[in-house]
Amino acid sequence: MGRTLYDKLWDTHVVRENPDGTVLLYIDRHLIHEVTSPQAFDGLRAANRLPWRLDSILAVPDHNVPTINRERILDPVSRNQLEALDTNVTAYGLDHFPLHDRRQGIVHIIGPEQGFTQPGITIVCGDSHTATHGALAALGFGIGTSDVEHVLATQTLVMRKSRNFRITVDGQLSPGVTAKDVILAIIGRIGTAGATGYTVEYAGEAIRTLSIEGRMTLCNMSIEAGARAGLVAVDEKTIDYLRGRPYSPSGADWEQAVRYWTTLVSDRDAVFDRELTLHADEIAPQVSWGTSPEMVVPVNERVPDPATEVDPVRRQSMEQALRYMDLTPGTAVTDIPLDKVFIGSCTNARIEDLRDAAAIVRGRHVSPVIRQALVVPGSGLVRAQAESEGLDRVFRDAGFEWREPGCSMCLGMNPDQLGPGERCASTSNRNFEGRQGAGGRTHLASPAMVAAAAVHGHFVDVRQFGNNV
Amino acid sequence: MQPFTQHRGLVVPLDRSNVDTDAIIPKQFLKAITRTGYGPFLFDAWRYDDAGGFPGQDCSIRPLNMDFVLNQPRYQGGSVLLARENFGCGSSREHAAWALVDAGFRVIIAESFGEIFHGNAVKNGLLPITLDGETVDALFRACETHPGYTLEVDLSGQQVVPPVGGSVVFEVEPDVRDRLLHGLDDIGLTLEHSDSIRAFEHRRAERFPWLYR
Ligand code: SF4
Repeated sequence: MGRTLYDKLWDTHVVRENPDGTVLLYIDRHLIHEVTSPQAFDGLRAANRLPWRLDSILAVPDHNVPTINRERILDPVSRNQLEALDTNVTAYGLDHFPLHDRRQGIVHIIGPEQGFTQPGITIVCGDSHTATHGALAALGFGIGTSDVEHVLATQTLVMRKSRNFRITVDGQLSPGVTAKDVILAIIGRIGTAGATGYTVEYAGEAIRTLSIEGRMTLCNMSIEAGARAGLVAVDEKTIDYLRGRPYSPSGADWEQAVRYWTTLVSDRDAVFDRELTLHADEIAPQVSWGTSPEMVVPVNERVPDPATEVDPVRRQSMEQALRYMDLTPGTAVTDIPLDKVFIGSCTNARIEDLRDAAAIVRGRHVSPVIRQALVVPGSGLVRAQAESEGLDRVFRDAGFEWREPGCSMCLGMNPDQLGPGERCASTSNRNFEGRQGAGGRTHLASPAMVAAAAVHGHFVDVRQFGNNV
Repeated sequence: MQPFTQHRGLVVPLDRSNVDTDAIIPKQFLKAITRTGYGPFLFDAWRYDDAGGFPGQDCSIRPLNMDFVLNQPRYQGGSVLLARENFGCGSSREHAAWALVDAGFRVIIAESFGEIFHGNAVKNGLLPITLDGETVDALFRACETHPGYTLEVDLSGQQVVPPVGGSVVFEVEPDVRDRLLHGLDDIGLTLEHSDSIRAFEHRRAERFPWLYR
């Protein structure tokens, strides 16, 4: 019987099968950031252990970092955490991109950008959005701090294999519909626990048509569907993407690597434990209305009514969400007024995302009702690329703030936060209560949708956002 | 890690599904670099009637939201948390497990769990128990009607025993069970296989030299 892509990635990393049904899985690469690593390094020191393989590690500060005035970090607790990363990086001699390095950025943006993420590898990070790296057919998944320590000390993890889930998106996406809309539509369909226990492989014409960056957006939010890892098979685009990146193989290694990478597809006769097929032409631009990424509707629809929900537990969470979001059932999504917009995060802060948003914004102005409009590029290199294309001017002229890279208002560990009650259109991945700031209200959408919302002060259907809307 | 064999404790019913890790411990507390001290900030946004706490704050002077279950007098000292589907979804922050343990919880019963949270809980001696919707529903009703409702959890027997009898059996993976029962040090166990890891790595470096520098 044929094997799935996930089966192949798994099989090549099994060091040993334990009698209890778990395996010892070899980890090729380990990304580290300031928030989930200090306790792991402390544990290592307390037990008198050393990192197993230094060349498997790349560290970067991203979650806490300010996006303006980076010379002085005002918050002493944040500063302390950033200094702890510096201390550990220096103590062990780890590869890292410090705050002032132009390669610094969000950990899941810089991995692929540097070619540190490659097809066929296992890659982990103390961060759930490590699923992003599956866009390059790497098995990437998030781990907690104890596991960060385990990987540091042993280069392995004790794991149980997930089941295989293939989500196929047939046909062509309509103009104005992006990878973000595809993944939100999928989560809306299967729910936030819909893929728990599975590794998801995304397939079908609409996925193959996506750029590698679009595939990253898609895989990134696999965790919002409950899956620890998302994957897309290797194709020409994967190989083109990796050519010439700093950590990519070169010379004879490159040829050998490419030969191997092209085998990283599911066999034709592979059997998946679960399959779901969607049709691209049924997917409209999505907007979340509630406090869970599964609470999403197409932009041309209305906020749903809990009264129509038969399941009492569901009904109760819908009511809780509406209360928190201060929304009335039946409100048209396009009538929801906004206070702030955020374009950024590991989901949507790559160059193509910024181009998409800039194309909408060009020659227009942020609506006077919007109190703050932020663009936070995913990395210093994305920022530089955008500036070389003049996108920073487009955003600035329109009234956006153009910031330095980091996680920023995706989770507001730095000063970029929503105030209580503020409502934000955001390209990030989580609309949980308080995610972007205590009491803040988040509506998830694609970069183009958020840009259009910034211009209008409320959501609009980006498909109708012609040159004169 | 603290071993887990048996535990009897007061049940705290948190009647919500999709309780995410941001709700369990909000982001501002993730700036700390310790493994302890998160207890007072557990469910911070639900628990306190202010605009949110900050790390190191003295929580004894903060206004409490008395509607929140953890603040109600009848649930003080609870150590078994009851919730609905998908408890601990969201981020990989182990701080969520640390906060629950720090606040005195030893067991979480839910219909399902976020996968990363589940692993983090086990690594901290916090037992996640998955029960079906009907049973969970019945437990919620029992908590409601019986003040001081406790449960006895027996990991080796894989049973949850209500005060009136009629035990419920739960499934637990053998590795999870062993680790909790014996409070095993994962890293120490893995390092017993150092030779296998080294041999594997050697073969891998030959086949994929570009991954090694
Ligand atoms: S951008 Fe947001 S989701 Fe991504 S790593 Fe940073 S905080 Fe996490």
